[in-house]
Amino acid sequence: MARNLARRVSKQAIAFLTFGSGTLGVIVLWWIAARLELINPLLLPGPFATIATLIASTFQGNLLEDFGSTLYRTLYAFAVASAFGIPLGVIIGSSRKVYRAFEFLIDFFRSTPATAMFPLFLVIFGIDDFSKIAVAAFAGFLVIFFNVAYGVMNARKMRILAAKVMGAPLWRIFFDVMFFETIPQMFIGLRTAVSLVLVIIIVAEMFVGSNDGMGHRIIDAQIIYDMEQMYASIIATGIMGFGLNLLFLKAEQKFVHWK
Amino acid sequence: MISSLTSEDIAQVTVRDLTKRFAGRTLYENFDLDIIKGTITCIFGPNGCGKSTLLNMISGLTPYDDGQILFDGKPLSETKIGYVFQNYRDALFPWLKAIDNIEYPLKVRGIPRAERKQRVGQLVDSFGIKINLNAYPYQLSGGQQQLLSILRALVTQPEVLFLDEPFSALDYETTLSIRDKLQTIFQTSKLTMVMISHDLEEAVFMADRVVLLTKAPTRVAEVVRFSASRPRTPETLTSFDFVKAKSRCLEVFQREVRR
Repeated sequence: MARNLARRVSKQAIAFLTFGSGTLGVIVLWWIAARLELINPLLLPGPFATIATLIASTFQGNLLEDFGSTLYRTLYAFAVASAFGIPLGVIIGSSRKVYRAFEFLIDFFRSTPATAMFPLFLVIFGIDDFSKIAVAAFAGFLVIFFNVAYGVMNARKMRILAAKVMGAPLWRIFFDVMFFETIPQMFIGLRTAVSLVLVIIIVAEMFVGSNDGMGHRIIDAQIIYDMEQMYASIIATGIMGFGLNLLFLKAEQKFVHWK
Repeated sequence: MISSLTSEDIAQVTVRDLTKRFAGRTLYENFDLDIIKGTITCIFGPNGCGKSTLLNMISGLTPYDDGQILFDGKPLSETKIGYVFQNYRDALFPWLKAIDNIEYPLKVRGIPRAERKQRVGQLVDSFGIKINLNAYPYQLSGGQQQLLSILRALVTQPEVLFLDEPFSALDYETTLSIRDKLQTIFQTSKLTMVMISHDLEEAVFMADRVVLLTKAPTRVAEVVRFSASRPRTPETLTSFDFVKAKSRCLEVFQREVRR
């Protein structure tokens, strides 16, 4: 019993060390490079100074406000993208013919960088916050829409037949079977979309007149050459992206337990 | 075909003048078949003669071009049928627990929750089935999953149970045990069963009547009766009657394949 426990603990410790060794190695390299000033210290502050700045900005500075604004915009854009992407994906995906009719348009816009549409959205929605959210939402919408439509089109026919032979009416087949058949592909779309939306929001905050947000914070730090603050902000943004991805991955594992 | 009926046989399903064309090819033309009440009918025939298509037309999953299919003189819409698919993995709902899978056809029929629970309990008890009903299908073995599909098909107390190669995705050991279970279910319920089999020995072993089909355009080549008492055991396989019925089936089958 005790030996089993010890073995399990040591197994977990090894797994953790393996998992962390790459990260740790890069931090050590970073530390050495900074310490020996292999790279101009003005450009590369050390890891401890950066983390100290990150902590100080979080608890004493206004990093959390910027973090909050970016998170708010990202989630707002994501919600809009889902609200349009999921139902439209279901509708277009339900008929192969309808999908064919829109296929070129979908592929075209999917291949167009969303950032190329900033000026257009600025003209339509004005310079305020909503135009940033709208561009990000548009890009996220395409990803969600495409994945949902794809999921609906490729739903296994067998379970639909099984429900049909039980005498299930169409609405039941739709909500009890089709919906669940589509969920796995939908989650892939949602996860891809949330990452893409974050990218676009950050870019928008950097270059499309903004007073707050992580993108704005990073650019600001660059302009005043506050490299520690810039690195700290980049890491904070990374944490947001990683966290969102992890959240969706966990949600996916919970909801799509059968895959 | 009709001449093979004796006076005590009552037809449960009557197929008359059934015609089905498939991509310019005639699969069935003026096809007649009677399925006798309270018996197991096994359908056996050469590849591509449309065994599954026949089952699917009778159970309303595939439309047909012409003809009439009646259940005790009623159309399908006024009949309760059960259908067990070949591949349980694709036919069960993996997002529902075992018990909810069995309950689902009752839910479709708008039966209240309490009654659903009670009926599933009764069904499971009456056949002495030991499955963890709170597990998800993918947590169960292949045999348990196929048993689950059979229970799901039985829960509405159908008039006819259709089984499309129900053992083909199972290993031999499991096949034997599910075969036994199916015999028990048949003996308890006296339910009319129609089963497609690709294994002649299995078809004769399970059947009261083996319907042998020809190559397309498909007709009934012959109906071979096998009236050994139930429960049939491994000894049945070596009995004189069994060997005789099987060799008759084989003879007809080979004649039809060579034709």
